[in-house]
Amino acid sequence: MSESTGQDVNVRTTAAQRATGTNTDTLLQTDGLVKQFGGFTATDAVDFSVEAGEIRCLIGPNGAGKSTLMKLVTGQHAATAGSIYFNGFDVTDDAPNERIDRGLSMKFQVPSVFEDLTVRENLRLPNQRLADGDERRRRVDEALAAADLADVEDTRAGDLSHGRQQQLEIGMAASLDPDLLLLDEPVAGLSVDERAAIADRIRTLNEERDVAFVVIEHDTEFVAEIADRVTVLHQGDIFREGPIEEIEDDPEVQRIYLGTDGDAEGDAR
Amino acid sequence: MVNGLNLAFQYLQGFSVLVLAAVGLAIIFGIMGVINLAHGEFIMVGAYATVFGYHDLGLPLVASMALAVGVTAAFGMVVERLLIKRTYGRLFDSMVVTLGLSLVLSQGMLVLRGTSEPSVPTPFGTISYGAFSQSVYRVALALAAVAVLVGVYWLFTRTEYGIRARATIQDEGTARALGVRTERVYSTTFAIGSALAGLAGALLAPIVSVTPTMGGTYLVKSFVVVVVGGPSVVLGTGLSGGLLGAVDAVVTNVYGQTAGSIVLLVVTVVVIRFFQDGVTGFTDRVRDRLAREGT
Repeated sequence: MSESTGQDVNVRTTAAQRATGTNTDTLLQTDGLVKQFGGFTATDAVDFSVEAGEIRCLIGPNGAGKSTLMKLVTGQHAATAGSIYFNGFDVTDDAPNERIDRGLSMKFQVPSVFEDLTVRENLRLPNQRLADGDERRRRVDEALAAADLADVEDTRAGDLSHGRQQQLEIGMAASLDPDLLLLDEPVAGLSVDERAAIADRIRTLNEERDVAFVVIEHDTEFVAEIADRVTVLHQGDIFREGPIEEIEDDPEVQRIYLGTDGDAEGDAR
Repeated sequence: MVNGLNLAFQYLQGFSVLVLAAVGLAIIFGIMGVINLAHGEFIMVGAYATVFGYHDLGLPLVASMALAVGVTAAFGMVVERLLIKRTYGRLFDSMVVTLGLSLVLSQGMLVLRGTSEPSVPTPFGTISYGAFSQSVYRVALALAAVAVLVGVYWLFTRTEYGIRARATIQDEGTARALGVRTERVYSTTFAIGSALAGLAGALLAPIVSVTPTMGGTYLVKSFVVVVVGGPSVVLGTGLSGGLLGAVDAVVTNVYGQTAGSIVLLVVTVVVIRFFQDGVTGFTDRVRDRLAREGT
């Protein structure tokens, strides 16, 4: 992926400039992104940007619009208004598949591994589109080793523990060679050891393969462990952005988390 | 002993016909969720193509059968592109469309080729024992049915297409998110299901009378096998063909063909009464329970 960003530098800079008026290594940029469900505004003109190679955590109370924002970025939801730029291209009207081709990958909150396929078969799927023959086998072997799943390669994915399913799914998403990987609550319901393994995996992918991450997470310890920067969403818009220490100490952030200003929208978004 | 042998031959044929007729329908329904009510007519097209190849083109029988498989696969691709594709996710629409197609095909063939076709020869000759003689082709049919099941199993477990297809059945959205072109999986699947229907028609052409309305019989048989078989295509079709083939053979042997068909339907009703999701739905539940107890 480092090669592809290299090739796209000129294109990306121009588009990023167009989108943001800045001249940085912006990988993802949303521009006034609005999503309405009937009369309800889930995201309200969000300008959200992620730099190449960074790990960003997205936090906020339930109903703040985190998952909606992610689904807009991946193309599972169509935006009501606004634009999304990724890797230098306007992807607002692209189908999810086309966004994957541009280097965007996502792992959902609920593990969505293919339960009836073996672990190896699950990893063969995303590798099919990038390589074949021996090269594919090598990539699958590598992915198995990286996810620490080589010992269970012939096991039905549905028979794995929750933690190993999460590892498998991150391995599947990473097999697409993304520039940006979106993770929705990757450590919810995991043990301390499993959580540490996921944090380790995210850092390794980030350092060795230069994958940028946007991670939706409630667990502040985990956020502190991995995040370069944190974005707080509140009532469908960006409320604060900065390093975790600043965010944690911010009384306004504590206030919205405690819900004293009446933000009790449901989890439905 | 002699009657036992007769019964065994009867069973082999019953099993083969059920499995061969049903496997294409099972694949299309299992993977695409499309109930193809024109499945019987696809079998009919396969049988006609065999007769056409053999008598009209003067090809050897095996070549005529291969031609039939190719013709139905190509025909299936066209039908998928023009009709089926427009009804994905709408079960009843796909049923109405394929029902219409089945009528067009059977009536169209009647107009085109008349009421019946000359027969094609049954290969491999006969073997005699006591006062009876049986066609060796019945054994060959059973071997072909088993080979088809093994082939389908291999296709779905050992090939890249198979992995893509199984992933698509389980979760189409996630499969797409991983870059699987699900629409291509569907069109390939429909072509494979059609080719298998064509193969069934080709293999049955030497032992049945080839008529424009022959499809109806096989549609019913196929449905019965798919419903009793449940969600697993290979195991379901094999087990269900084995079970229903035995019922059919015994009852037909003693009481005749009509009674055989009636009992086949009665057995289906009974099986579905106790195992709503068929034989393999039941075996899956048993396996899950054992796995849970094991952990």
